[in-house]
Amino acid sequence: MNIDKKIADDLVANDISFVTTVPCKQLAGVIEEVDQRDDIFHIPSNKEDEGMGLCAGAWMGGKRPAIIMQNTAIGVTINTLATLTQFYRMPLPMLISYRGELREPVACQVEMAVHTKALLAQLNIPTYHFHKQSDVEEFDNILKYTFMCNKPVAILTDANFWGGYGDQ
Amino acid sequence: MIRSEILREIAPILRDQLVVCNIGIPSQELHAIDDQPSNFYMLGTMGLASSIGLGLALAQPKTVIVIDGDGSVLTNLGTLPTIGNNAPNNYILMIIDNGSYGSTGDQPTYTGMKTDLAGMARAAGSDNVVEVQDVDTGKALQEAIDAGKPTVMVVKCDSGNAKMPVITMDPVIIRDRFMKAVAS
Repeated sequence: MNIDKKIADDLVANDISFVTTVPCKQLAGVIEEVDQRDDIFHIPSNKEDEGMGLCAGAWMGGKRPAIIMQNTAIGVTINTLATLTQFYRMPLPMLISYRGELREPVACQVEMAVHTKALLAQLNIPTYHFHKQSDVEEFDNILKYTFMCNKPVAILTDANFWGGYGDQ
Repeated sequence: MIRSEILREIAPILRDQLVVCNIGIPSQELHAIDDQPSNFYMLGTMGLASSIGLGLALAQPKTVIVIDGDGSVLTNLGTLPTIGNNAPNNYILMIIDNGSYGSTGDQPTYTGMKTDLAGMARAAGSDNVVEVQDVDTGKALQEAIDAGKPTVMVVKCDSGNAKMPVITMDPVIIRDRFMKAVAS
């Protein structure tokens, strides 16, 4: 299974047509896939809170948005999640590369990994963790759930899910 | 002129447009001067008015006017390249540049010193950057609306705030009536 393609297919099937991204090595494939889709307007952000602002505007303009980012962004976006996305009750699927988990080669990434789930739990953000490739089968239902409840929802995707880092 | 005097003067122009208004006293002033369902008031999240407005302009065809501030743009400078490379024809970013953080006690920002937001917007890729003096705001805003091109306005004015009540409207109501105005 090509998980990049499957994720993009599910986005399109759920009428998500506005996607903003801040890159991560693990997300390179899915970002490229999203960029190539005619049904999705892809707008790169310079910072993840900026991206959440874009998504808020797009949603109020009638488009379903999504953000693709790294888990370090949770440290950047807590205020935005609380005072914009949650306060105004807006849906936002967040496809997040979960750096600092098993098979991670860079020690510093672990420092935010150990806080990631705790911060999401503190914010009462529904959180899913994709560890095996087959976990991607839930993505479609998670997207439907997000736009049902009008909340930000986190999908953490670790290195094992993406197939590791090759020789590293 | 201070910001509230500018807002009072341009209220008749704003009334028929979608407006995304910056957090704090700017939103309180606009709300008190001329509350409209087509105004989206930011109650929190400093810095994101220009981004919310850009997402909105990209998602639908109506003109979007963002009322932002110098301090707010400085806190989200990454917005300028995103605007410079993506802003559609229905996007107007109006930065009320009074050289101070008005909502927090008029502490000076760097735009009152050596920093030039218009120059930064140009360098970030915006082709239509207009520098305006406070008294000319209405004329320049109407021209930007009529031009139908992505525009960044930097409006130079005096520092100062009008005393207006805090917005107590529920955020979901602000958002819901705004979305209905967008869709109407």
